Amino acid sequence: MPRETEPNNPQLGADTEDWEIKQVDPKREIWRRLKKDKMAVAGGCILIVVILLSLLAPFLTGHDPNAVVTANRLLPPGTPDHILGTDHLGRDILTRLLYGGRVSVAVGFAAVTIAMFFGVLIGLLAGYYKGFFDVLSMRFIDILMAFPYVLLAIAIIAALGPGLLNAMIAIAIVGIPYYARIVRGTVLSLREQEYIEAQRALGSSDLRILFKHILPNALSPIIVAATLDVGWMIIAASGMSFLGLGAQPPMAEWGVMLSDGKDFLRVAPYISLLPGVAIFLVVLSFNLLGDGLRDALDPRLKQ
Amino acid sequence: MSAECYLEVKDLKKYFPVNRDFFGQGRSWLKAVDGVTFSLTRGETMGLVGESGCGKSTLGRLIINLLPPTGGEVFLEKRNIYKLPKSEKKELRRKMQIIFQDPYGSLNPRMNIGDIITEPLYVHNLARENSVQDRLRQLLDYVGLSPHHANRYPHEFSGGQRQRIGIARALAVEPELIICDEPVSALDVSIQSQVLNLLKNLQQELNLTYLFIAHGLNVVKHVSTRVGVMYLGKIVEITGSDELYRNPLHPYTRALLSAIPIPNPKLKRERILLEGDVQSPIDPPPGCRFYTRCSAATALCSRKEPELHEYSKDHYVACHQVRGDAH
Repeated sequence: MPRETEPNNPQLGADTEDWEIKQVDPKREIWRRLKKDKMAVAGGCILIVVILLSLLAPFLTGHDPNAVVTANRLLPPGTPDHILGTDHLGRDILTRLLYGGRVSVAVGFAAVTIAMFFGVLIGLLAGYYKGFFDVLSMRFIDILMAFPYVLLAIAIIAALGPGLLNAMIAIAIVGIPYYARIVRGTVLSLREQEYIEAQRALGSSDLRILFKHILPNALSPIIVAATLDVGWMIIAASGMSFLGLGAQPPMAEWGVMLSDGKDFLRVAPYISLLPGVAIFLVVLSFNLLGDGLRDALDPRLKQ
Repeated sequence: MSAECYLEVKDLKKYFPVNRDFFGQGRSWLKAVDGVTFSLTRGETMGLVGESGCGKSTLGRLIINLLPPTGGEVFLEKRNIYKLPKSEKKELRRKMQIIFQDPYGSLNPRMNIGDIITEPLYVHNLARENSVQDRLRQLLDYVGLSPHHANRYPHEFSGGQRQRIGIARALAVEPELIICDEPVSALDVSIQSQVLNLLKNLQQELNLTYLFIAHGLNVVKHVSTRVGVMYLGKIVEITGSDELYRNPLHPYTRALLSAIPIPNPKLKRERILLEGDVQSPIDPPPGCRFYTRCSAATALCSRKEPELHEYSKDHYVACHQVRGDAH
């Protein structure tokens, strides 16, 4: 038998060098693939610019976003001192766009964080413990998903009362099933892995297994989902504001601005058009970045 | 059985429900492990062989308490491991460890080797900051890895090296019994021997007891002092390693032995080829489980299930046809 004629002492540390595999650091590899994706890079750049602009808004414009100057009503874009024109109350549109970006991006991130937190928690527990909790929570998730999302959000706002904060909570609740499903599926496959079994054989607590071994390995689909979801949340939040259920006028928020301009579409279409373009750009770049991230994290998913 | 026995498995059973009805009750049962009895003395290696699906891995997981049994008992040093209070259960986890088949699936890809190997110390509160590094170095040394490997991640290692890491992790809690669940079947033949010799050396050095699960007799021959042959959830023959190779009694053992590849193309020998498929383990009919494929089967075999009986000293076999000169 060949194994009886085996060569030298297998315990030698020195000969292990020979069978080492040349490998690259996975994090660097992901970054390299992401950089190669031109669309994702473009999306990321636009996002950085938008976030910087809205953070630096007070230093970039001398106007107050809510200052009503009736003498300057409906100035067209290109007017000196009001590059993007003014709305029906004489408020500078550029200033309102910049300040509105703060609200929209912040609401998007906050809603995603809330939805992600609860969704991931439900998904982890349902996938790991299976059984009764799994059935119960997944049927609840099914119910949430069966509602048209706008209807569900409106129903929640109707119960909580209109306002930016409540709108954010509503769209976060609507977003929970998305994460719960993704995480549950990932956990169901991870819990059967042998390194999880090894932990159980060691006597590790469930808490340790869940948060030290399962969650880190379920992270990449969560990150991708969250990136794609921020754009969706921004649209949803603007939509709620447009319907008068979210941010309330005179707050500078893109949905509110869209709504403000709808009565002047014929004389001054830019009042609605400009915030619309802003939403479009931000959501598009989140989607581009999310798609790029997904392909970079798992090249097999690329169509 | 003998007085100094370390691990004793008595009539262990594990049935999995299949075809659950609306209320989650099984309509029929898959009998993965069906009444297995054997014992191990300290420091010995018992090989467990059988083809895929015969329940050998399930048996290993039952013994190490990863699966709850349907029936039967396991005694470790005379104490029933299924009836221990919770505080002692954790202590039990330290005494028994498992090494897995797949070296790619058994290491957390997000943790570096040092963290993987030392984590058991933290789980069992054995870690004192200054000693952890020493212990890590010692464990890496045991399995033939060097300290600079500690900062690397699993994907940077070959299959054989990963298996060594898995062994180091199992050794971290100073176990007495290690269940090796096909530890070399995923490795190249050249690496297999290295890992097997490593396991042998560690056994002598640390006085370990092994339950060595494999699907072929050739690997088991190399390491075991005793061998049990499993077929469809039952042990059909169990005896000392040498005796089994010299004098196989059960028709299934003979077929297994004739299937060991001999690396000599000119050597002709008689092969016993089994006809037909393995019977389904779901609700098996009465009689011998091997009946459908056995060349020596008689009418008795289809009616009555053969019990494991002592054919000669310390050579147990479950077959009606080899009852002959039993004492």
